[in-house]
Amino acid sequence: MSQFALELKDVRKSFGSAEIIRGASLQVLKGERVAIIGPNGAGKSTLFNLISGRFGISSGEILLNGSSIQGLAPYQINRRGLSRSFQITNIFHRLSVYENLRCAVLWSLGYKYSFWQRLNGLKDVHELANNVMEQIGLQTRRHITAGSLTYAEQRALEIGITVAGGAEVILLDEPTAGMSRSESDAAVELIRKMTIGKTLLMVEHDMSVVFGLADKIAVVVYGEVIACDTPQSIRQNQQVKDAYLGGHAPMENAA
Amino acid sequence: MKRHILSHSVGTLLVWFGFAVLLIVAPKVFNQGASLSLLSQMGTLMIFGLSFNMLLGQGGMLSFGHAVYSGLGAFFAVHAMNLAAAGVLTIPVSLIPLVGGLAGMLFGILFGYVTTKKSGTTFSMITLGMVELVFACSLMFPKFFGGEGGISTNRVMGNPFLGITFGPQIEVYYLIAFWLFVSTVAMFAFTHTPLGRMINAVRDNPERAEFIGYDTQWVRYLTLIISAFFAGIAGGLSAINFEIVTAENVSALRSGAVLLFSFIGGIGYFYGPMIGAVAGVFLTVMLSDFTKAWQLYLGIFFIFIVMFAPGGIAGIWASYYRMFKFRKMRQIWPAFWKICCAGLLTVSGAIMAIEMLYQRSLGGDQEPIAKIAGVSLNVFESMPWCIAALLCLIGGVGFFFTQRRFIAVWNSAMAEIEVAILKGDA
Repeated sequence: MSQFALELKDVRKSFGSAEIIRGASLQVLKGERVAIIGPNGAGKSTLFNLISGRFGISSGEILLNGSSIQGLAPYQINRRGLSRSFQITNIFHRLSVYENLRCAVLWSLGYKYSFWQRLNGLKDVHELANNVMEQIGLQTRRHITAGSLTYAEQRALEIGITVAGGAEVILLDEPTAGMSRSESDAAVELIRKMTIGKTLLMVEHDMSVVFGLADKIAVVVYGEVIACDTPQSIRQNQQVKDAYLGGHAPMENAA
Repeated sequence: MKRHILSHSVGTLLVWFGFAVLLIVAPKVFNQGASLSLLSQMGTLMIFGLSFNMLLGQGGMLSFGHAVYSGLGAFFAVHAMNLAAAGVLTIPVSLIPLVGGLAGMLFGILFGYVTTKKSGTTFSMITLGMVELVFACSLMFPKFFGGEGGISTNRVMGNPFLGITFGPQIEVYYLIAFWLFVSTVAMFAFTHTPLGRMINAVRDNPERAEFIGYDTQWVRYLTLIISAFFAGIAGGLSAINFEIVTAENVSALRSGAVLLFSFIGGIGYFYGPMIGAVAGVFLTVMLSDFTKAWQLYLGIFFIFIVMFAPGGIAGIWASYYRMFKFRKMRQIWPAFWKICCAGLLTVSGAIMAIEMLYQRSLGGDQEPIAKIAGVSLNVFESMPWCIAALLCLIGGVGFFFTQRRFIAVWNSAMAEIEVAILKGDA
């Protein structure tokens, strides 16, 4: 087994003639929490889409726990222990909160495509779903359809669905986007609590969230990972400063 | 909490018990003329509609070719009956629906593999192609499909079991009722299994379903196979009921009908297609006895449902039940009866005009008399036309003025209920 939960080796991705990811390399240790930052359009979300199998890569290699995930479908990658959330809330909006979470744990508990078992009779599904529901603080919303939750609640549910299946590697795409200060503080606490002992990768714009959560920061500029280091070192990194002072985003102010 | 669960399951059992009783006593209550035949048709259509709704309501898969599975099931059932009558097979009539079901399932495995590769519009298009394909085949293989005349059979075959020959319609009705009950229980149970829940998830958000470990194509495929099985059972029962199966059974027309009826009944509710089957038989079989314009009414009714009550009859019922439960009926009543009166006037005026128009163009000079609800009207006189126009006008104007008030009252009552529900849960 590799010591890296996730490893990107010179990953490239082109859409037509436009190369969006231009040889990104990144190594994430097991249990590490890495924030990916970078100016808009740098390819952060694309990188996530490549890692989670939403798009195929053009060249290079992505290793999950030491084995390549080249050409695998999202569900296959998920079954190997990688789960992701989305920038735009992606939940089952016509199902209740409870049903959303039940769906999220079914595969990992081994029920697969069963049509011979009664869902209400599955104790472990019930307990795990309940557990996650309590952690994300939505017990009182149990029977409410997910579509009618508030935005912050939907974001919490999104994280709940992502984590519920017990994946070891968690990818969160801008988990606090569009939240108020207090909401995003609560979200940070929630993420910290839910990802204990797991490998976390997240795209985030909010620097207070980044510095509050991350062990390491990876800076993506123009489809490349130009630096990946501890928050302190990143602050002092000349390359990063140049990239940001190049007029893409006011990093110092935000930090 | 335990108590709650217990009382819940007792409630569910009571509903099933009530359903069984209803099936048993229905032919005793409706015992006139053709009602037994209508009940039998409703029964098969219910199974067919429920199986269709596994795809549309629960899976978000709009199939234009569901009759392929019921129709092919019916053909296999009819051949099985003929073989049994010839002594080649030993299979009792009561198990013939199972032959239909297995045949439907087989073709579900075959065709479903292709159709469920895609979802959404593409899925619909492929199913449309599929049903045309099978329909074309039905004329290419007359040995199996019987060409224009179809394949006929005789359901009275083999030795009677406990005196049951399936000759009398009442025996066929109870056979249908039995299979309806079993199929309904099974299909309802399906909605409470892991796969049954995941097909809802795939309907809501296929992409998310992929990212929690599910192959959405496989979820759709398995659901379609199960759905095709029950469609085949419905086909087998209709083969027994009518003793004839023609190419029409595998046609796009038949597929469209089940879509229409299920939608009218309400695809968002498990029992919606059952209401739809009742409405469907009324609208096609009974209404066609009364008027030549029945297809026009069916079309208008369908459009009305799609536009104003997308939840179907079940949805209308559910929302009024909610109004009643939260004691809002008194609040909406004044606006409600006014809009109903206006609507009734418009509808009666429109029906009058349509009937007279049909009489005028079909009856010609020889038969100038249109009979509407026992009243004879001469379609070449101006008076009836004026009355029809006046009814439409008064109704229309009334509707225009009452609808805004009704919508306002309705929405405010709904909003109050929403608040009450949120409070109750918090």
